[in-house]
Amino acid sequence: FDQEKKIKNRESFSFWIPSQSNVCCPFKLTLSSLIVARVEHLSPPAKMKIMVAVKRVIDYAVKIRVKPDKSGVETQNVKMSMNPFCEIALEEALRIKEAGLASEVVAVTIGPKQSIDTLRTGLAMGADRGIHVEATGDLFPLAVAKLFKALVEIEKPGLIILGKQAIDNDCNQTGQMVAGLLGWPQGTFASKVVLDKEKQEVMVDREVDGGLETVCLNLPAVITTDLRLNQPRYATLPNIMKAKSKPVKKYTPEELNVGTKSDLEVVEITEPPKRKAGVLVSSVDELIDKLRNEAHVI
Amino acid sequence: MTTAMVEKYKAFYRLLNKTSRTLVDRRFRQQGQCARGGSAASGLDHRPDAVVEQRVSYLGCPKRGLWTSARASLPSFVDGGFARDYPMNRCRSFGSVAGEIQRSSKFATLNSDDVAHFKEILGERNVVQDERLEAANSDWMHKYVGSSRLLLLPKSTDEVSRILKYCNSRCLAVVPQGGNTGLVGGSVPVFDEVIINMALMKQVISFDKISGILVCEAGCILEDLISFLDNQGFVMPLDLGAKGSCQIGGNVATNAGGLRLIRYGSLHGNVLGLEVVLANGDVLDMLGTLRKDNTGYDLKHLFIGSEGSLGIITKVSILTPPKLSSVNIAFLACQDYLSCQKLLLEAKRSLGEILSAFEFMDSVAMDVVLNNLDGVRNPLAPTAHNFYVLIETTGTEESYDKEKLEKFLVGSMESGLISDGVLAQDINQASAFWRLREGVPESLQRAGAVYKYDLSLPVEKMYDLVVEMRARLGKQKVVTMIWFEMAILLYI
Repeated sequence: FDQEKKIKNRESFSFWIPSQSNVCCPFKLTLSSLIVARVEHLSPPAKMKIMVAVKRVIDYAVKIRVKPDKSGVETQNVKMSMNPFCEIALEEALRIKEAGLASEVVAVTIGPKQSIDTLRTGLAMGADRGIHVEATGDLFPLAVAKLFKALVEIEKPGLIILGKQAIDNDCNQTGQMVAGLLGWPQGTFASKVVLDKEKQEVMVDREVDGGLETVCLNLPAVITTDLRLNQPRYATLPNIMKAKSKPVKKYTPEELNVGTKSDLEVVEITEPPKRKAGVLVSSVDELIDKLRNEAHVI
Repeated sequence: MTTAMVEKYKAFYRLLNKTSRTLVDRRFRQQGQCARGGSAASGLDHRPDAVVEQRVSYLGCPKRGLWTSARASLPSFVDGGFARDYPMNRCRSFGSVAGEIQRSSKFATLNSDDVAHFKEILGERNVVQDERLEAANSDWMHKYVGSSRLLLLPKSTDEVSRILKYCNSRCLAVVPQGGNTGLVGGSVPVFDEVIINMALMKQVISFDKISGILVCEAGCILEDLISFLDNQGFVMPLDLGAKGSCQIGGNVATNAGGLRLIRYGSLHGNVLGLEVVLANGDVLDMLGTLRKDNTGYDLKHLFIGSEGSLGIITKVSILTPPKLSSVNIAFLACQDYLSCQKLLLEAKRSLGEILSAFEFMDSVAMDVVLNNLDGVRNPLAPTAHNFYVLIETTGTEESYDKEKLEKFLVGSMESGLISDGVLAQDINQASAFWRLREGVPESLQRAGAVYKYDLSLPVEKMYDLVVEMRARLGKQKVVTMIWFEMAILLYI
């Protein structure tokens, strides 16, 4: 990205003073182009901060097993990674920042101690700072949304991007609750996001049952991402090395004055019934008989 | 000598005498032309564009008279290095298109009585002469086509034994076939041999949860075995790109290496027992499940890698390692071949016991994959890298392994061994990396006609081969190479 920017600026520079292009040595040209770049950057103030929520969940490709006592899902010795929708959210935030429309991307995670790994992944992808709210126990979307509201009051971002749902509970509630608590507009199931800095608004294409709906939101706003928004980038080694030195701030729910006790309680978790083997029928009459008497569909 | 040992010795001797008659044409041995399995060298008969494909092995030569190691004509710099090391076992023999291979008159032709007899043994459904025969006659690369007129699908060892006994008495040539995913034409008939396909023998016989020893029939598909073991918390010691269709019997018969060779070793170490049906119908039960068994001669090693020339494997007993939870993959780019070699050494040193795969491909292979497969993208930035390396680690502690891997990668990056790299963050990204590497044969096939060579060379000289071949063949042909551990696959 840096390389591209330099080349672009060099081109624009040579356009300015064509007579000097033969005379100046390459070293001077580079220095000058850097100055031009800095001048260009001063004009529109890109101070907007984007806050992205990431969650540590069981990896998407792992076969889930229910614990024998039906109290939950087996999470010991199981590969955990970032929620795929959160990856897409972070990728979108990074693209907005790279387009020059935001100055900083802050990755936030709420969870136990090991969630720091997911935060490191986010930092390795390119987020600038991390915030880790250490909270143990089952966290339901309302508690998460309240914690988010508290963090927003501290950080004051211009845009919040979340994944549409977490693959471990499939709630699809956190983004909407955050928007409700803050009183901000929301664009959920985003499959395209276009930010307009001057008008301080964002156009979001939403994937709804009937097709695509385009909404225009005033900033600050909440966006939740759907699958087709983008393809997340890989964490490259140079970024992983840089991620080690990026700052991560820790909070606890008590510090933020948020109660995480929930009105909901998970009573039991069971596997869905196993798919029964098909039955071969020998004639159409037998098929109709089975449909009527056994399956009760006709 | 105990009676058990005497019996085994007698069996061995009978084996040597009997197998040559039905499965290997004696004429080849007399002329000094030799092949591992009759069809390998002779599969190049009337196809004018075919080139010799032979397993080239420098690692010693078994008994003279049974088979001798063949050496295709390689560039002189390779040849010179080894002439001094193995002076006694050197024997030059060339298989080339110039020598036309005829169907031997010693083998009988199939007639309707034979077909009726097979139907009696196997039943109507498992004697195939319809369109499935076409698929069985042609190999996966569509390079070699036989003209067999009969495909048999036995369901038990007893049926295999009766088939072979009959074929032996009638002197009918036979080719054993597994998943038919081999890339060198060893699984398809040369002329009109009867094809015996093991696809219906796909039962898992037993699995010992404590020791991890799996006993299954030879027709079990590798991917099915992997998912079965997954539920038990174990994993197969070998993993190939073709795992969706290849059968364990075929893997054992060809001594398949696969992606995990660097970690779990070859099949010679992992197969604990075999049940084999010899060419005359005798069933050799060597299906032990003991990790160590020194009674008598260890005959099963003859069959591992015999490519179906000594007998048909019907049951396999294999040791499976436990499944370890923490798997990490990195996809790296190197500037030159020397760095790749140094990287391998460094990986073995720094990653030590957790290293489970080290794969190499060059930029040409990457381009072919990106152009011909859907849904793949280059994990690294589009700037041209010359070589790509995929490193996988498998261990028990997620955080510890990741730390170790990151330390190794950061160290290699700082010392300049790798120019860029990406670490997979979840299983989807890991499968994407593997798709790139495993998709090379498939995408090459889509790109055009392929000549594939499986070679063993000293590590330093490996890439010189590619450079030399590119110089000889010119820009029109794509010459590329991938390697896993010590073996290389050269694609032209």
